[in-house]
Amino acid sequence: MKAVLLLGALLVVTALTATADERRSGRDTMSPALRALQADDGQHPAQLALALGQDLWRTGAKSCASCHGDPERLRGVATHYPAWDRGLINLPGRIQRCRVQHQGQPAWAPEAEGLLALTALVAQQSRGLPLQPPAGPELDVAARRGQRLFNTRLGALNLSCAQCHDERAGLRLGGSLIPQGHVDDYPIFRLEWQSLGSLQRRLRGCLSGVRATVWDWNSAELLALETYLARRSAGMSTQAPGVRP
Amino acid sequence: MRSTRAVIVLPAAIQAGEPFEVRATVAHAMETGYRNDDAGTRLPRDLVRRFECRLDGELMFAADLFPAVSANPYVAFWMRLSQPGELSFVWRGDAGFEHRELRRITLS
Amino acid sequence: MKRRTLMAGLATWALLPQAQASEDAMRAAIRRWAGQDPPPGPLTLEMAELVENGNAVPVRVAAREPVLGLALFTPLNPEPEVIHVAFGPAIARPEFSTRMRLARSQRIVAVARAADGRCWQTGLDVIVTLAACVEP
Repeated sequence: MKAVLLLGALLVVTALTATADERRSGRDTMSPALRALQADDGQHPAQLALALGQDLWRTGAKSCASCHGDPERLRGVATHYPAWDRGLINLPGRIQRCRVQHQGQPAWAPEAEGLLALTALVAQQSRGLPLQPPAGPELDVAARRGQRLFNTRLGALNLSCAQCHDERAGLRLGGSLIPQGHVDDYPIFRLEWQSLGSLQRRLRGCLSGVRATVWDWNSAELLALETYLARRSAGMSTQAPGVRP
Repeated sequence: MRSTRAVIVLPAAIQAGEPFEVRATVAHAMETGYRNDDAGTRLPRDLVRRFECRLDGELMFAADLFPAVSANPYVAFWMRLSQPGELSFVWRGDAGFEHRELRRITLS
Repeated sequence: MKRRTLMAGLATWALLPQAQASEDAMRAAIRRWAGQDPPPGPLTLEMAELVENGNAVPVRVAAREPVLGLALFTPLNPEPEVIHVAFGPAIARPEFSTRMRLARSQRIVAVARAADGRCWQTGLDVIVTLAACVEP
């Protein structure tokens, strides 16, 4: 795994927009109250999940700690996903693979409490660092596919991601500001969910929101979209775990 | 995996006589009884009803909670101590829910 | 996508029968806790005036003198009560913060009760918008 990460670090993808960066994190377009909620660890809604993550990190004979040491040693890791390692893999997928292959535990169900807790813990270690998704031929193919999906009209409402999040970001839809849809702060505590959730959960939510077929968890489509989205947000700094309405 | 968790946030250093903020959160869905599950069945009410903070056994802060308190109920309040002591926190609710935390406070 | 913004002035809601009943329910709940109909009085009631999601809204209530207790009420949630707080001797400030649920735009009410039996209340108008793109 270390070799993949080192390779990823060497093959950093530069941001898609080379000129004046007009990208805005969803953090910056939220209300001040929610921004304050995310910025204050003492009242961050993901506190409980992070506490669980710290617990799980040290639990079991082959605990995460037994290989990785303290969570702080994984600073930077979360910024290098999605990656290619015998297939497209995102951060939750990497944690699952560790759990199954190295800890001998059964894989968690998607959005399992423990999986989200560990994802949040690992992502938090990269706070303040820029997203640096790796390059590579397979990832490039996936990113291109993801970009096509991002620009394809879907569902009964016949809307593409781009129509809201590229073309109409900053405008209002029913009183809510449309964000640019960056992936800098995942996993997020979405107030609408009253819980922490992954990027795939958010994407599936959007798909059902436009009345489109909801792609399966860890489907090729969702992973391709994640790969494109990471590049679309490359260079933006993460403050994971995020808070969003 | 533990089924109940809480987070208590206290300042790193507490000085005698100086106000300090106590922030307490317990993991609980605070199911209002007004929501339906995906099948359309009403999810029964399941709430944390009461939170108490005691200093060496004496009640310092108490809250009666209602369904309008958000999931993972969060409360923050300010205390002042003139000597070291033990803070105990307890949450009680429906279906026999109870969770306790203890924090020994030393003064700097 | 359905427009789900709810922007309500108090006057508009007063015209609807169910809103009227809820105002009465809130008054009754306040009376139960305070033992009286509290007159207006100084209380700090802090909440964002525009709330993006009503599931978890930070709120802070502070009195300007020592009090026995503070409580929060809503006229237009399914039930009028939110939280009742009681203070003991080691409390340094007559205030508390929590996160509450708001079903819709409304005027939330905070009430204080002092040791000498005095009570007073203050209100705050809050607008709640809903996420436009919600999973069905």
